[in-house]
Amino acid sequence: MTTRHNYDQELESLRGEILKMGEAVSAAISDAVQSLAKQNEEMARQVIANDDIIDKMEIDIEDHCMVLIARQQPLARDLRVIGTGMKIATDLERMGDHAYDIANVTLRIANQPLLKPLVDIPRMAEMAQKMLNDVLRAYVNLDTQLAEAVCHADDEVDYLYQQVFRELLTYMFEDPRTISQATQLIFVARYLERVADHATNIAEWIIYLATGQRLRTK
Amino acid sequence: MEYKIQVNKLKLYYGDALALKKISMNVVQNSVLALIGPSGCGKSTFIKTINRMNDLIDTVKIEGEIFIDGVNIYHPNIDVVMLRKRIGMVFQRPNPFPMSIYDNIAYGPRIHGAPSKSVLDDIVEKSLTGAALWGEVKDRLHSSAMGLSGGQQQRLCIARLLAVEPEVLLMDEPCSALDPISTMKIEELVTELKDKYTIVMVTHNMQQAARVSDYTAFFLSGELVEHDKTDAIFTRPQDQRTEDYITGRFG
Repeated sequence: MTTRHNYDQELESLRGEILKMGEAVSAAISDAVQSLAKQNEEMARQVIANDDIIDKMEIDIEDHCMVLIARQQPLARDLRVIGTGMKIATDLERMGDHAYDIANVTLRIANQPLLKPLVDIPRMAEMAQKMLNDVLRAYVNLDTQLAEAVCHADDEVDYLYQQVFRELLTYMFEDPRTISQATQLIFVARYLERVADHATNIAEWIIYLATGQRLRTK
Repeated sequence: MEYKIQVNKLKLYYGDALALKKISMNVVQNSVLALIGPSGCGKSTFIKTINRMNDLIDTVKIEGEIFIDGVNIYHPNIDVVMLRKRIGMVFQRPNPFPMSIYDNIAYGPRIHGAPSKSVLDDIVEKSLTGAALWGEVKDRLHSSAMGLSGGQQQRLCIARLLAVEPEVLLMDEPCSALDPISTMKIEELVTELKDKYTIVMVTHNMQQAARVSDYTAFFLSGELVEHDKTDAIFTRPQDQRTEDYITGRFG
């Protein structure tokens, strides 16, 4: 069997870069939500600063993919590794942006008491984060079953988002002074809902990577 | 979708050795089919069965059928000369006749009848235009074809085929002796020619198959492993052996 040793190493290192970016994004989301729940400004600032690192990771992955296409003329699964690599990097970068957005909310409401202890938002965050962690595991093992499970989990996050939205609306109806903060919290819920959507996208790319088949989208 | 060529359980032996193992496939009219596979896999042998070039080898024995427009070309009543007029072939190395450009093109029409000078002039211009060569040679039609560059010679050989109005063009690694620019010209030409002809091309260059063909067939040890739309073969091949070969992890 002819091996393409350098090429295989390049593809493997590309997968490693994507995984590393995924882990960085996962940490950013976790820290952002914690900074919000604990009203920890220092933590929020750290998340904001780290976003540049995540953005740089995306650019490096895209450049790596471009160079591989130019130099190796990838086909079949190799091509799918590279094509999905670029798409996954985009999804991860957007998730990173949402962590940044959440950290910004932390800074905006840091000097106000929370209108209620946060329950559902951390739950949403936990679910979205589990989706991201599962999808990264599915990527490592090319586990299509796990990827499909992530797609299904998205429905629960959507449901939770609706619930948070309704609840915060009630607060605003009852006391207009809560509007400013409640709106910010609705944004946070929305960001987390989007994080889950991006995890779902990545899950669909993993299925394509593994099988060459596109999952029918909703 | 109309099939120009239908191959049915084709077996070919060189003496006792089975070189093509029960090949069955259809070739869509006005499409380009690329045949890929490692050396010795049977792809060149296969392409030559389509215009019965293997008849010229004594030890070859063929079983099965090939239909062109529904007619079995291995039927005893088939006129092989007429068959090869309908199914032209170009080879790895351009093989112009040692005569003028004009006479190279006029050779076929003269054999198949003796058209008048003005008809011949028309055929020469049309054929050279069809092979994207007219502009480069129109002022030196009567100089030797041997003075052309390799890429021009190969296009001359294609023009020579077009002159006898074939239906199918067989190309056995037509670019393997050409530089990248000439290769691109031939590839462009192939894409134009498929409007009028059905083309079967052997190529060792995976990217070439990916660029020019509509369908791709992968041969291995005399077996047709996979035959599908080119888009599918190069993004999601079904057989692991195809995957290994096209991604360069084979052999």
